[in-house]
Amino acid sequence: MPGPASNGNVEALAHGAASTGLLRLATAGSVDDGKSTLIGRLLYDSKALFEDQLAQVAEASRRRHGDTGVVDLALLTDGLRAEREQGITIDVAYRYFATPKRTFIIADTPGHVRYTRNMVTGASTADLAIVLIDARNGVVQQSRRHAFISSLLRIPHLVVCVNKMDLVDHDEAVFNAIVEEFASFASKLEITDITFIPISALNGDNVVDRSTNMDWYGGPPLLYHLEHVHIASDRNLIDPRFPVQWVVRPGDAQGERHDYRGYAGQVAGGVLRKGDDVVVLPSGATSRIAGIDTFDGELAEAFPPMSVTLRLEDDLDISRGDLIARPHNHPIVSRELDSIVCWMNDAPLQSGGRYVLKHTTKSVRAVADQLLHRIDVDTLHRDEHAQTLELNEIGRLRLRTSQPLAYDAYRRNRATGGFILIDEATNETLAAGMLLDPDEPVSAVEMETTAGAPRSANVRWEPTKLTREARFDALGHGGATVWLTGLPSSGKSTVAGALEQRLVEAAIPAYRLDGDNLRHGLNGNLGFSATDRAENVRRTAQAARLLADSGVIAIVSLVSPYAADRQMARAIHDEAGLDFVEVFVDTPPEECERRDTKGLYAKARAGEIAGFTGVDDPYERPEAPDLVVAPDDPDPVAAVLAALEARGVRTSSEDE
Amino acid sequence: MSYDISHLDELESEAIHVFREVAAELEKPVLLFSGGKDSIVLLRLAEKAFRPGRFPFPVMHVDTGHNFPEVIEFRDRRIAELGERLIVASVQDAIDRGRVVEQTGPRASRNRLQTVPLLDALAEHGFDAAFGGARRDEERARAKERIFSFRDDFGGWDPKNQRPELWNVYNGRIHRGENVRVFPISNWTELDVWQYIDREGLELPPIYFAHEREVFRRDGMLYATASFIELLPDEVPFVETVRYRTVGDMSCTGAVTSRARTLQEVVAEIAATRVTERGETRADDRATEAAMEDRKKEGYF
Repeated sequence: MPGPASNGNVEALAHGAASTGLLRLATAGSVDDGKSTLIGRLLYDSKALFEDQLAQVAEASRRRHGDTGVVDLALLTDGLRAEREQGITIDVAYRYFATPKRTFIIADTPGHVRYTRNMVTGASTADLAIVLIDARNGVVQQSRRHAFISSLLRIPHLVVCVNKMDLVDHDEAVFNAIVEEFASFASKLEITDITFIPISALNGDNVVDRSTNMDWYGGPPLLYHLEHVHIASDRNLIDPRFPVQWVVRPGDAQGERHDYRGYAGQVAGGVLRKGDDVVVLPSGATSRIAGIDTFDGELAEAFPPMSVTLRLEDDLDISRGDLIARPHNHPIVSRELDSIVCWMNDAPLQSGGRYVLKHTTKSVRAVADQLLHRIDVDTLHRDEHAQTLELNEIGRLRLRTSQPLAYDAYRRNRATGGFILIDEATNETLAAGMLLDPDEPVSAVEMETTAGAPRSANVRWEPTKLTREARFDALGHGGATVWLTGLPSSGKSTVAGALEQRLVEAAIPAYRLDGDNLRHGLNGNLGFSATDRAENVRRTAQAARLLADSGVIAIVSLVSPYAADRQMARAIHDEAGLDFVEVFVDTPPEECERRDTKGLYAKARAGEIAGFTGVDDPYERPEAPDLVVAPDDPDPVAAVLAALEARGVRTSSEDE
Repeated sequence: MSYDISHLDELESEAIHVFREVAAELEKPVLLFSGGKDSIVLLRLAEKAFRPGRFPFPVMHVDTGHNFPEVIEFRDRRIAELGERLIVASVQDAIDRGRVVEQTGPRASRNRLQTVPLLDALAEHGFDAAFGGARRDEERARAKERIFSFRDDFGGWDPKNQRPELWNVYNGRIHRGENVRVFPISNWTELDVWQYIDREGLELPPIYFAHEREVFRRDGMLYATASFIELLPDEVPFVETVRYRTVGDMSCTGAVTSRARTLQEVVAEIAATRVTERGETRADDRATEAAMEDRKKEGYF
């Protein structure tokens, strides 16, 4: 191969590179598709390949292939004796190179289906995946498998290198056909960013330098793309999450600092700032960040993936495995987990089996409750009759844990959504898991019959022969949910009561679910922590869904201050195919406080109630409610009825 | 506001996370310290992970008895400054007790003899985890090794049966008698280490900088003369200005000719070099194609 690119970057590497960013990339494939040649090219041209390594490879090539003069770069990446002897790649190999712009870590994995677990391992930390396609062969099974695994592990960026363009006369039509076929397949996957680059790894076309053989290609060469792809925004900077890893308590040995108590860990999401209110999960205790410490001094803020130590204003009982979040942006807290797992051990998944589950810094015991289906990584076909998962198989698994876990869906945050399963007896790592939202549809088919996925284990939706259409036809009307949100004393209950009365008088069954009333029964065991509020909304939404499904118009009157909770309520109805009308009762805060129908504002101001919405707990105004009503509206009920009618929900039994 | 983070900060954060995971999940860890640049970086990372607390583990050096005197002096001073506890496992003791047999002749080296005293010391103190400064860019067997490298109750490494390592979720569960070797700077390159030493202003033993030394040439490499190293008939000592890229046993660590007397000059030389540090200066890896893999299977670092 031609010599390395200019060494003009030495100066920059020596003095400037300390401030460059890091990009982790994953490659998968076999020797045939030119993967090793591509990696060799990147390492060689960026001067990361050293003369003694090259000499070693040249010597090994001569032993393997005779005096052909060919340097087999696959021998460079195959690090283990067994790999070199058998001429195969067994494991993940990590390679390093740097340019003045960025530092790179390559996780190089074999591409065969029997190494799926290695691909999953390499993909788990990657910012970017390179899928290689041989221009002569087009999109093959292995290309699809790599794309699927990349999307499953949510690698934010995918680069499809159509390699060996020199062997198809650098033909644009060949490239375009492959792009079209791959894009069509990829549309079935969740991939946010795909880039296609025609290359010849052997000749260096479009790898480091722009090729003169393919003027029709207007994009940048591969290395330029790797150096410039924007990855900072891939990290979750929205949802503050801090798994407590280690409690720093120097004790008396350090003299004057004996009262120091800090919570050390790596920020897993969001931006944490000094003075922020925080909630500790699963206990729900609240406090405020007193300081963010590092060995090098205090910081004003911390964000992923920084390792820091938090000090809190209050002396709380916090230990390893707890999760620090913000009161109004809390993760899911549950013992029932729904996940996609990749099985990585020779011993197959045991239905009902007990495992150790490690998630962030917390280890709990878990029972494998139900395997919903197995996914064929090549065809994406779901086998719903699968009884187990064997080595390298992927499936959807429900688990139940011994203690509640505070987590996010993997799609939202890889750090708080991934877990591993460990064998209690052998201590081996058995599986990698990616958590799903509790409301994640099981599949299009199951959605129609279950109207929202059940969360509990071993509980199957009992299907009924009676369809919703038949029920609503027989009743002469259909059900729906009207969700009234707004500050305390904004007038929600007044609107809800009037609406209920108007509908019932028109012979349409309607039933009011009032937040306060539900707390006397169904939600009696819930408090006002962020977690409990979320559960309050969930139960209320599920109750409303059942009423709506039965043909009743459910009228919910609930402060429901957090946008995420209201979104969950809507999702529960959307998945069930039921109408949901979010009504924002937009009464100005001063007016609500002046009314203070229950005298609660006064109590909150007096400090008798903590966490009161509108006083010391915020209300997140709906950004896009279906309807806004104000206190001076002449007839808010008519507006709600019109909104229901507009959705085809009858609001009167009189014939039209 | 930019939420970019430099590659050194990201590598540092990853290493701190690894330190804390081990301290939290293993019963009795130990930090292996050689006095070399990689383990000097480990000490700084441990400070970052645990200060203002003390290290939740002692520091241990496997002393071949053939180490550079400058390095031993530096070792004792640095650990004292940190106020941490140092344990020394001695190859000489192991030889005296008949646990290992000293090689003889001009090519004798105590490098490989370190494995037995290392395993003995781990067992004697009941250490179930040992931090090491190995990096994946050093050598191709290491390129495949996990950050948490599980060892059986004979201290051996089974490269084909390694635990998958996903995200930053490490599985540190072991049975009694087994242990894990943990490599917090697995993902660092030699250049990263030097840049970090520069950034942090870390002190190094003087042998890392150009100095005059009596050396002799063997197999194309320069070795320091010492009372315990026998010269071959055609080997003639001479004085050269050299520095070391790695610090190991004097019998197997070669020097490079260099005029780099400051850290910046060393970093510039490293950035421009075309030979790996182990290829240039470590005779122990040159024995066979899989020399490192074989030593690791036996329980080497």
